[in-house]
This record gives sequence, structure tokens and C-alpha cells, in this order.
Amino acid sequence: MLLEVADLAVDLPTPQRWRRVVDRTSFSLAEGESLGVVGESGSGKTMTALALMALAPEGARISGSIRFEKRELVGLCEEAMRQLRGDRIAMVFQEPMTALNPLHSVGAQVAEPLMLHRGMTRSEARRRAVELLEHVHLTEPERAARSYPFALSGGERQRAMIAMAIGCSPRLVIADEPTTALDVTVQARILALIDSLRAESGMAMLLVSHDLAVIAGHCDRVIVMYAGIVMESGPVDIVLREPKNPYTVALLEARPRPDAPRGARLATIPGAPPVAYDHRAGCPFAGRCALTIDRCWSTPPPEVAVGPVHVSRCHRAGEVGLAQ
Amino acid sequence: MSEPLLLEASSLVKTYRLAGRGPFARKSLRPALAGVSFVMRQGRSFGIVGESGSGKSTLARIVLALDRPDSGAVRLEGRSLLDLPRRELRAARAHMQMVFQDPYGSLDPRQRIEKIVAEPLAALGRSGRAERRARVKDALEAVGLKAADALKHPHEFSGGQRQRIAIARALITRPKLVVADEPVSALDVSVQAQALNLMSDLEREAGVTFLLISHDLAVVAHLCEATAVMYRGRIVEIGRTAELFTRPAHPYTRELVEATPRLDRPMRVASFAPSNGGPEATDGCPYAGRCAFVHPRCLKQLPVLESKGDGGREVACHYPLG
Repeated sequence: MLLEVADLAVDLPTPQRWRRVVDRTSFSLAEGESLGVVGESGSGKTMTALALMALAPEGARISGSIRFEKRELVGLCEEAMRQLRGDRIAMVFQEPMTALNPLHSVGAQVAEPLMLHRGMTRSEARRRAVELLEHVHLTEPERAARSYPFALSGGERQRAMIAMAIGCSPRLVIADEPTTALDVTVQARILALIDSLRAESGMAMLLVSHDLAVIAGHCDRVIVMYAGIVMESGPVDIVLREPKNPYTVALLEARPRPDAPRGARLATIPGAPPVAYDHRAGCPFAGRCALTIDRCWSTPPPEVAVGPVHVSRCHRAGEVGLAQ
Repeated sequence: MSEPLLLEASSLVKTYRLAGRGPFARKSLRPALAGVSFVMRQGRSFGIVGESGSGKSTLARIVLALDRPDSGAVRLEGRSLLDLPRRELRAARAHMQMVFQDPYGSLDPRQRIEKIVAEPLAALGRSGRAERRARVKDALEAVGLKAADALKHPHEFSGGQRQRIAIARALITRPKLVVADEPVSALDVSVQAQALNLMSDLEREAGVTFLLISHDLAVVAHLCEATAVMYRGRIVEIGRTAELFTRPAHPYTRELVEATPRLDRPMRVASFAPSNGGPEATDGCPYAGRCAFVHPRCLKQLPVLESKGDGGREVACHYPLG
């Protein structure tokens, strides 16, 4: 296994007490595999990704285990983490305009990890940066290398971010909503680019997205997060076709479909996600779920194996399915 | 098609002057709208889809008379908005409102909901306090919020509720037309469904017709019977939304449909396809630089919207698909 996460929990300090934003989260990722993490705002999906890179906010408390290439990352010192980041593990963020430094040319930023991790000289790294920009299909890579981030379009900036991420041939790329701010046609090209780069280098990917359909097209497996815990996990095609958790079902049924008759009612999820969920109490989805029984309020739902590698955290997992 | 005309946009042209780099550089002209015409009927919400830079937000501003076109006309119920004297334009604005994308940025955090929702009334400069209260209450209830919510502040609401507040604000003048620019794209799926259902209800029950601008074909298909697809300031295809989706006639519409992520099939897009279409040709089709089916004629002659088949489908392409 390339990455094994076991019982990950993230607590953030608030003025009164600690707030748990990720809890009991376990998953693994094999070499070359791609795992999707889906959830709505506040589900803990981004915090999980940040915890893997030790980039959680200042003061956050991380517990559990994150093993990457057989090495424990929880508790690793910042210096050792810095050696891994941008080298063995790379990250692509949602908004390249904020992730790229506006004061440095794109070429200099793509070259930086090469000098840091590969010991290249400045001129070697600059030359390699132009090759990388060409590799992500930026037209006129020399011009792009000399440009500053503001001079590029959103799609071009995201390509530059990807060039920076793949420079040191990482084994794992963590992509957090990499295409959310882009037009659909640009999104499709960026995702296809990531797919082709993965196909040639065999790097694994953790793709964080709010969009089930994006994950459907680009991941082997998916975990569905809600209120900081994993509600369902399994192979993408099985989870989307035969979801066994009421939250996954609700997410699928709330999606507007292009071929639905005009004015058809969309299924909605009543209420709102819990702001502060007590993780020792019942199921975080109980207040919004149509299948709630007494036990859902009192006992945390167990992980139920509903298929060979398909797990649902629900008291009634066996009875859940899409309405047809 | 017996419903009365609500909005007519004809031959709208708008060009923005872009400052060049450096003090002596030539200023370049960038056409945001290059001759856009469409008609909306009452009770038939209309969709506009396209990518950033297609001119869809410029179109929204011109329809609401927030910006003037260089040429062309906008008529609301037969009256030209561009020729109205200022006072009558104000009165006409009561019939059209706007809902913005970002429910966080568009509500003033220091004001109570009552004041935020009543704002368009204040701009009209009439109505006493009691009437204002009553209308705020009606508007909040129309979007599924409680009258008591009027006394709260924006931070006390979730993202979905805030978008309801923004919609309530648009409804307070009892408008006939609401221009909604990406109204649900910042919302989570579960909340987005609530907002879309609400817009359907308002169309049916409150007589509101939406001009819905979105990059998401599925969102548009949910509410709008007819949709126009825009590319670089032009409508390239127009027709029934469901048919645009299932049988696109313009190669750009097809590109949009194929790029839309779906649960049931992977996307079919090449990673290296040009994303910006390169420099714009002076004559010829604006999409030619990006089109998979380009012919020599496309580089020389600009295609105009022509009707194709029945059902009001029009397409601006020399070689339409299907």
C-alpha cells in the first residue's frame, strides 16, 4: 500500500473547546490507484487532504495514523514533511491564483521544487520547467514560463500548477477541487490531462470534489464524507449504482439531470448539516434522514460490509437503495 | 406560444475598450456582444449558457438597463428600456430584479434581513413602513423562510438560506422578470436542489419568469424550456433545452454537452485540445479555431443563425451536426 490512513481525527481549537472536524476516518490507496473523496461543505474532505500533507491550520490536533510508503507521517517533524511535500507527494489546489505566488514568474515557480528536491542549478531547473510546461500542453511554453500568474487564464494557471506538481515525479498527487473554478470545457481538458499524466507515470491520486460526476469519471474508488466521518466507501461504479448509505442516496437524487422533464421536483435533503456534531452520540445524518429509527439518535452507526469492498456506516445499511 | 411577450432583445452590440500595455500602446476593442437577439414570453423561463468570456453577464447587465448597448434594443412588455426617461426607467426596474451568484458577498453582514430584503423598495422611493414590513413578510414566506427571520442578520443563516434571502429581495417588488446569474453554482448539491425547486414554484405560482444564466446545462434544463448557447458574444444555437442536450446541432453545444460530467459515462475529451480557440478570426466563424469539424468556408464566412428543423431550433453553423 502506498498510503494507509487509520482512525484519522482532526480537532480544531475554538475559544471554548476543541471541535472535531474529521473523525474515525480510515482508507488506503495502492500504487497507481485513484480515490475520490466526495462531500458537501463542512464534510471534512478538504481537512482530510490537508492533514495528509501536514498543512492543517495552525494549532490543529491530528491523531490516528497516516502511513505513506511505510513511513508514519503523524508526528513527523516539519523539516521531514517539507522533504516529502512537492517531491513524493504533490498537491493541486482549487484556486491556482491564490496558490501561485503573484510576484514570481510561472517558470521560476515550476523550477523551485526541482532546485529544492533534485538539487538542480537554476538554469537546469528553468530549462526543465519549460519542458514541463510543454508537457501539460501549454501553448508557447517559453512565453508561459516568463509570464506572471495574472497574465494566464484560469485553465492555463491550473496547467502551470500541475506542471509544478509533477516536476519531481511524485507517487501521490492530492487534488483538492482542481477544476471547480473553471468552465466545464476547460475542466474536462484538465481532468483528461491529469488522467494521461497518471497513465504514463503511474502516480496515485486522491481527488477531492463536491461533484460525484467528476469522481465517477476519474476515480477507481470513492469515499463519501459527511460531518467529518466516512459514510460510505467502495468502488465508484458500485457506490454510484447501488449506494447503501442514505446520505449517498440523497446526494445522487438531488442532482439536477439534463434529461429530466422541465420543472420536475428535485429530491432535497431537509435541514442543514450539523454545525457541531457530537461524535459519541448517534448518526450525524439522523436529523435529515428519511430512514431514521430510535437507534440512529443514540448509537453511532457501525461500519457494515455491504459488498466485498463496499462499506456503509449505517444502522439500516441493508435496507438502503436508490428509488427507481 | 400564446403567452404575451415579456422581453425582446434585438441585435444587441456592446464593445469594451481594453487598455493596452504601456502608455502608448494601442487600445484594443473587445466585442462582448456581437448582435444578440432573443425573445422571452411570460411564464417561460429562458436559459443562457456559455463559458466565461461568452458575453452572458454583459447581456444580463444590458437586459436590466444597468449598462447601455452600443446599438440594438431591449423591450420589456413592448416598451423600449433604452429610451425611457430616468424616472420611468426607475419604475420599470420594479418589474425586473437580479439574483447574484454569491449569497455571501451580496448580503450586507451588518444589516438586518428586513432592511436587506426591502432594499429594492427603498430604491423606488415610495411605500410606508407598515407596507414595507408586510411585503418583506410576504417575500420571506414566498421563499420558505419565517416572518421572524426579518430581525436576524445574514450570519445566522446557512448558504442555502442566504440564497433564499437574495431571491426574496428580488421578489419584493413583485417583478415579472428575474435575471439570475449563476444563482446556484456556489451552493452544495442538496441546497442547490431546494433553490431550483423554489424557482420552479415561483414561476408557476408567483408569475415570475427567470432569465437564468449558467454554465451548467443540467441546471438550465431543470427550469428553462428554451435556451440560447453563447460563444464569444454571439448566440450560436437556440432551441428547446432538452433537445439541445440530446441532439446538439452546433459543434460548440456538442462540446459543452460532452464536457459536462455525468454519472453514467466517462468524458470524451482530448487533454490537449486548444482551450481558448486562439486569436479570433476577423471574418469567419468565431469557433473555427477550436472546432473539430472545421471546413475552409468556416474561416472565410461568418455563419448566421438559421432555423433548423421544427421546434424553433436555430443554429449558426455552415455544417450543423445531425
